[in-house]
Amino acid sequence: MSRHDKIYWSGFCVVMAVLIAAPLILPIFWAKFLTEILIWGLLAMSSDLLIGYTGMVSFGHSAFFGLGMYGAAGALLHTSPPNLWLAILAGLAGAAGAALFVAYFSTRLRDIYFAITTLIFSQIFYVIIFTWTAVTGGENGLIFTRPHFSIPFLYDVRFTTTTMHWFVLALVAGSYLLLRRITRSPFGMVLQSIRENEARTRAIGYPVQRYKIVSVMLSGIFAGLAGVLYGVQNEFAAPDFVFFVTSGDTVIFNVLGGIGTLVGPIVGAGFFQLLRELLSRIFGDQFPYLIPLGVVFIMMIIFLPQGLLGFAKRWLNR
Amino acid sequence: MSEAATSAGTPLVFVEDVHTYYGKSHILHGVTLQVAPGEVVGLLGRNGVGKSTTLKTIMGLVLPSQGKVMLEGAPITGLAPHRLARLGIGYVPEDRRIFRALTVMENLRTGLDRAGVTEEKRKALLDKAFSYFPRLAERRSQAGGTLSGGEQQMLAIARAMMLEPKIILLDEPTEGLMPRMVSQISQIIDVLHKEGVAILLVEQNVPLTLAASQRIYIMEKGVVRHHCAASEIRVDDPLIKQYLGV
Amino acid sequence: MQPVVQFFQSFPLDLLLIQTVNGIVTGLILALVASGLTLIFGIMDVVNFAHGELFMMGAYLGVVVLATTGNFWLALVIAVLMVAILGAALQILTLRPLIGRDPLNTILATFGISLILQNFALWEFGPVSRKIEEPIGTYFTLFYLQYPWYRIVIAVLSVAMIGGFWLFLKYSKFGIWIRATTQDRVMAEAMGIPVGWVYTGVFALGAAMAGASGVLFGPLGSINHTMGLDWVLKAFIVVVVGGMGNLGGSVAAAIFISLLEAYASIWVSPSQAVIVSFVVLILTLLFRPTGLFVATPK
Repeated sequence: MSRHDKIYWSGFCVVMAVLIAAPLILPIFWAKFLTEILIWGLLAMSSDLLIGYTGMVSFGHSAFFGLGMYGAAGALLHTSPPNLWLAILAGLAGAAGAALFVAYFSTRLRDIYFAITTLIFSQIFYVIIFTWTAVTGGENGLIFTRPHFSIPFLYDVRFTTTTMHWFVLALVAGSYLLLRRITRSPFGMVLQSIRENEARTRAIGYPVQRYKIVSVMLSGIFAGLAGVLYGVQNEFAAPDFVFFVTSGDTVIFNVLGGIGTLVGPIVGAGFFQLLRELLSRIFGDQFPYLIPLGVVFIMMIIFLPQGLLGFAKRWLNR
Repeated sequence: MSEAATSAGTPLVFVEDVHTYYGKSHILHGVTLQVAPGEVVGLLGRNGVGKSTTLKTIMGLVLPSQGKVMLEGAPITGLAPHRLARLGIGYVPEDRRIFRALTVMENLRTGLDRAGVTEEKRKALLDKAFSYFPRLAERRSQAGGTLSGGEQQMLAIARAMMLEPKIILLDEPTEGLMPRMVSQISQIIDVLHKEGVAILLVEQNVPLTLAASQRIYIMEKGVVRHHCAASEIRVDDPLIKQYLGV
Repeated sequence: MQPVVQFFQSFPLDLLLIQTVNGIVTGLILALVASGLTLIFGIMDVVNFAHGELFMMGAYLGVVVLATTGNFWLALVIAVLMVAILGAALQILTLRPLIGRDPLNTILATFGISLILQNFALWEFGPVSRKIEEPIGTYFTLFYLQYPWYRIVIAVLSVAMIGGFWLFLKYSKFGIWIRATTQDRVMAEAMGIPVGWVYTGVFALGAAMAGASGVLFGPLGSINHTMGLDWVLKAFIVVVVGGMGNLGGSVAAAIFISLLEAYASIWVSPSQAVIVSFVVLILTLLFRPTGLFVATPK
């Protein structure tokens, strides 16, 4: 193992240790807060696969996130006793289906129009979920109970704040490692080549559109997982999460943290949530925190396009 | 290297020790030349020695990393091209670059629609252009892209003339033209000279350049190697053979 | 025979008539919005995600000026001017530094602008919807129905603005500057055209069109801080369906989609009627991706 790798992995272990210990030390509010940051981080990370590695801005992640949430909700409401693993499976299936649908149409268009069509498609899902009250609960969404953590015939225990956090952490960390593996694989190299020069990649002979579709689907599946976790954590599914704002927030996390870094978006998510919490505590609930945040966002695009973590990009993920 | 008999007084355009890079390529290695008011100066050299780059540097299309460009004694290095056009530098690039989807008239208007041009002046300029280039008058409502190569070259020159420039930077105007058009270009240069417009002429056509210019510079590998009065050198001069490899 | 007769008797013919006119009116406003979007994209290669918010700001500024002066026409003029200035300022501050960079940056930057504008509107005007009162209260008889005059006026104004803009682009000095810059930026600059300001002007013009649409739409519906999103989505759909860069196609597409939506809202709720535009987009992408209203698919 090179010295560089050693430093990387020890850093990784330190961060993991801190995250594992955190809920034991922090008060409940902050423990849950941290868990949510991890979930948003996972969503942003999934989006990074598209933005940072394939060079495609997607404004449609709210659909994948939302369908993961609703898929899980569906499974939890219709099985008795509610099964965690079934929920995850259902959520991932829902998200994958949505991703396939969106990918099929949007990857036909050039980058800019890809962004727009993903937005439009996520709004289609929003309208469907919002109005199909019979199935999705419409405006009010769905409420359900959190399933137990159970391994059939072996183990069955309720989640506590701490164990929920560890469960989420395990899945998020696992996703991170998996995504890291993917981006460094030959497949990942082709994606990056598409980002650098799509025409050239096609000229060399790669079926670019197929790679794009797979990329969108992978991204969608991880986003769906984030949705499942959010639903399980908070015990409800609401159409608000399918609305464009969620997609927008995701892109913000990406830019703040640094696109193309995988870890950056998680940091971006944390930074955003903390800033929002801070601003609402100092200035009150009604403070339009998105205005200064929007300004920061734009300034980062102009002056610091690599994001908070971008400068460490080559170092961290090499 | 014989000293060129330069006219006394402030040169119209003075390029001093200019170094220009394209990315990492060091194209101009310290070019120094000048053009007096109303003078026709020829710039000769093989392909790739930096003649076009010199013109682009004067026009502000490329920023030199070192050195100065002066117009009538005032520094203009680094000024935006549109400022320079208004200060009196006209540019006729290699490959002409007329606005293909604009009509001939609209092409001319890009130079004509300036502040301070009265209706009479407009008419006068247009009449002059159309008298020099009757073919353009015929085709004034046609799109630039439908013109022949020679006509496009005429349009490119006419367009620059609309700016009422003090100097026109002409980059290889006879390239790819039929002999009949080449002699027309020669005549235009003479006419412009008689009107007092200075011209910095980059060309591969040595006889035309020597006939049209008062002085010439010869460039090689990004520097000026030789300059003299056009009358002091002939087409079959060994220097010409050496630097232009004909 | 009888069921056929019954069908036609129950057919909401009068509703259909009203909705046709309504569809055209809304379609023309949408066409104005989409034109501004196409202009900015075609000339500056900038996808203006904030276009809907400029529309929204136009509407709100219309409300404010109307409240102060009581005159709709004054509100229209002043609001449009203010949005144009806002557009110019935004271009200078946030888009100029990004010229030459990856188009990804401008998408993100304009998205950031839309965030700021939306939340500013929410903060300044609150979450309750506003309305602009009809400038002309009279009605006329359309066949056997009463139809408000002001809607016709709005339609006429939209057509006038789109037409005026097209004429401006074709014949005026600035129109030539814009077209020259689009074709050959470098040569345009060498001809003395201040290209940087041309871009600012184009953005301001596009913003002005969005702002004007906002004021014109004011009397037709409710004004709130989120209205921008719906309109910008539809405008993008119009641009894709109409054929990118095709002004005539955009106008046709805008009217086509608005008509379909207007008819659909006879039977379903307005929030479901928007699915129509989505379906049109999907069909276009599937069968005629260069644009439904482009003469022959290339």
